[in-house]
Amino acid sequence: MSRTTVATVHTSPLRESVRRFLHNRAAVTSGVFLLIIIIASVAAPLIAPYSYAEQVLSLGASFSSVQHPLGTDLLGRDLLTRLLYGGRISFAVGLCATFVSVVIGVCWGAIAGWAGGKTDAVMMRIVDILYAFPFTIFVIILMVFLGRSLLLLFAAIGTVEWLTMARIVRGQVRTLRHSEYVEAAVGLGLSRFTIIVRHILPNIAGPIIIYATLTVPSVMLLEAFLSFLGLGVQPPASSWGILIREGAESMEGYPWLLVYPGVLFSATLFSLNFIGDGLRDAIDPRAGKR
Amino acid sequence: MMRFLARRILIEMPLSLLVIFTITFFIIRCAPGGPFSSEKNVPPQVLRELNRHYGLDKPLPVQYVTYLVSVVKGDLGPSFKYPGRNVSDLIAAAFPVSLELGVYALFIALAIGIPAGLFAASRAGTWFDYLVMAVSMGGICIPAFVLGPLLVLVFALLLGWLPVSGWMTPADRILPSVTLGVVYAAYIARLTRGSTLEVLVQEYIRTARAKGLREGAILFRHALRGALMPVISFLGPAAAGLVTGSFVIETIFAVPGLGRFFVTAAFNRDYTMIMGTVLFYVVIILVFNMLVDVGMAFLDPRLRTRT
Repeated sequence: MSRTTVATVHTSPLRESVRRFLHNRAAVTSGVFLLIIIIASVAAPLIAPYSYAEQVLSLGASFSSVQHPLGTDLLGRDLLTRLLYGGRISFAVGLCATFVSVVIGVCWGAIAGWAGGKTDAVMMRIVDILYAFPFTIFVIILMVFLGRSLLLLFAAIGTVEWLTMARIVRGQVRTLRHSEYVEAAVGLGLSRFTIIVRHILPNIAGPIIIYATLTVPSVMLLEAFLSFLGLGVQPPASSWGILIREGAESMEGYPWLLVYPGVLFSATLFSLNFIGDGLRDAIDPRAGKR
Repeated sequence: MMRFLARRILIEMPLSLLVIFTITFFIIRCAPGGPFSSEKNVPPQVLRELNRHYGLDKPLPVQYVTYLVSVVKGDLGPSFKYPGRNVSDLIAAAFPVSLELGVYALFIALAIGIPAGLFAASRAGTWFDYLVMAVSMGGICIPAFVLGPLLVLVFALLLGWLPVSGWMTPADRILPSVTLGVVYAAYIARLTRGSTLEVLVQEYIRTARAKGLREGAILFRHALRGALMPVISFLGPAAAGLVTGSFVIETIFAVPGLGRFFVTAAFNRDYTMIMGTVLFYVVIILVFNMLVDVGMAFLDPRLRTRT
């Protein structure tokens, strides 16, 4: 960030952040791309050219054509349609699991950071221990043993992704704990809950938003990974991970079945990461690039 | 330092292991179904006899204590799905394969990542820097289960240069190692670039420049040492990822390593095999994290007193 502007007009920090974000070309392009994909996925029942499970067995796997822009899979199902529907599930998992992890992480971190002392030490020790736990293994075990429902998938991914969030929030809460305006709130006799929710959390919203944005791609990756192993979303429902797996199985004769879902999925992860980086630069310019 | 290490080895590691042992044990035991429930046409009597033989008919807490005691003694028990073989033997047979794969991948990651990050930082803002950053972002965003099949498609099926899968000849090792290593190369390149940028503005680098050292010497002898810290602390979780991330790689390339064993064991509800592999992975991860901490203390004397 070498750009230094002399502030002649008073702008709010929020407006300043928005301005910085809009100047970041990679982030804005990613945002537009992602918006298109999300809208198309959500509107899949309205805009998809075919129905979800419509099979034309006689057609089999076919390459791109006028009727099927991205071709069809082994059962003659339109790939574009399946990608749109798969996107619904992938994004749903990504957003819901991120939400679960943010809620757990923020509560855990805020309580530990506020309480301090022994409580803090014990709570963060638990986080350390869980960090050492190979969470991929943990999720695989959960999915195998507790059934393969979508709801459980959210919970399983959410419960392993909250650790870093807890650390970040705890650190932030600890630095604010003894700031003057918090002391003032304590002096006013406000309850701990009110102080944390009304006075502390709004001030650390930046890091929380940044890290949540960066959690979405890692969650989507984990979901696709599980689906690839056959542990995630179950057929006939479909996610991008399943489409990639099906594509990998039949790539010898029909490489586009792997290439299209793979490219779409990677491009989505790309844009989510760029948006996360863009948000970090916009909200917290001093954080610097990794 | 010694006190720190002793506390780590004698108190924290056993405690972590106990917690993880307990969580895993109760998750897999409280779920319905068992190692023999998927086998067809087993008469109830035989099933009862099997369960009795392996002690699965006793109350759960009793089983927990019995198994804990035997694990502490170093016996991970017999495998349910591979009759007549011990979990320890199975791990001993499969782990060297995963280790070999992990070492190659780590080597690739370091050999590509560190130089790429260093040079990108020393030419910050140039096309080379942008190229490294863009390629590394690609390496992070293209998941192994997309990259692996794509590499197979290009190098094995279309060009015919390398085998599709297997783990027999040296050529078999190339694609799995590259697929596994690329992601870490990308992370390491970004980490190295970031930390080198921070180091390059420090005074001891200016001193080195003032002495008239060549740029290469400054980069590799002076900047690298300081810039390696974040990379080394990343290697702890990375090593964990290299062993666990190999689930997908081993499945795609039909590599007979521990990752594939674990996934099969989980699907089969092979209780002892699951417990054995989980504990084994955790020990590896804990040891790696400890080595990383020791390594950091060696590189940065300031850390030695802080613990």
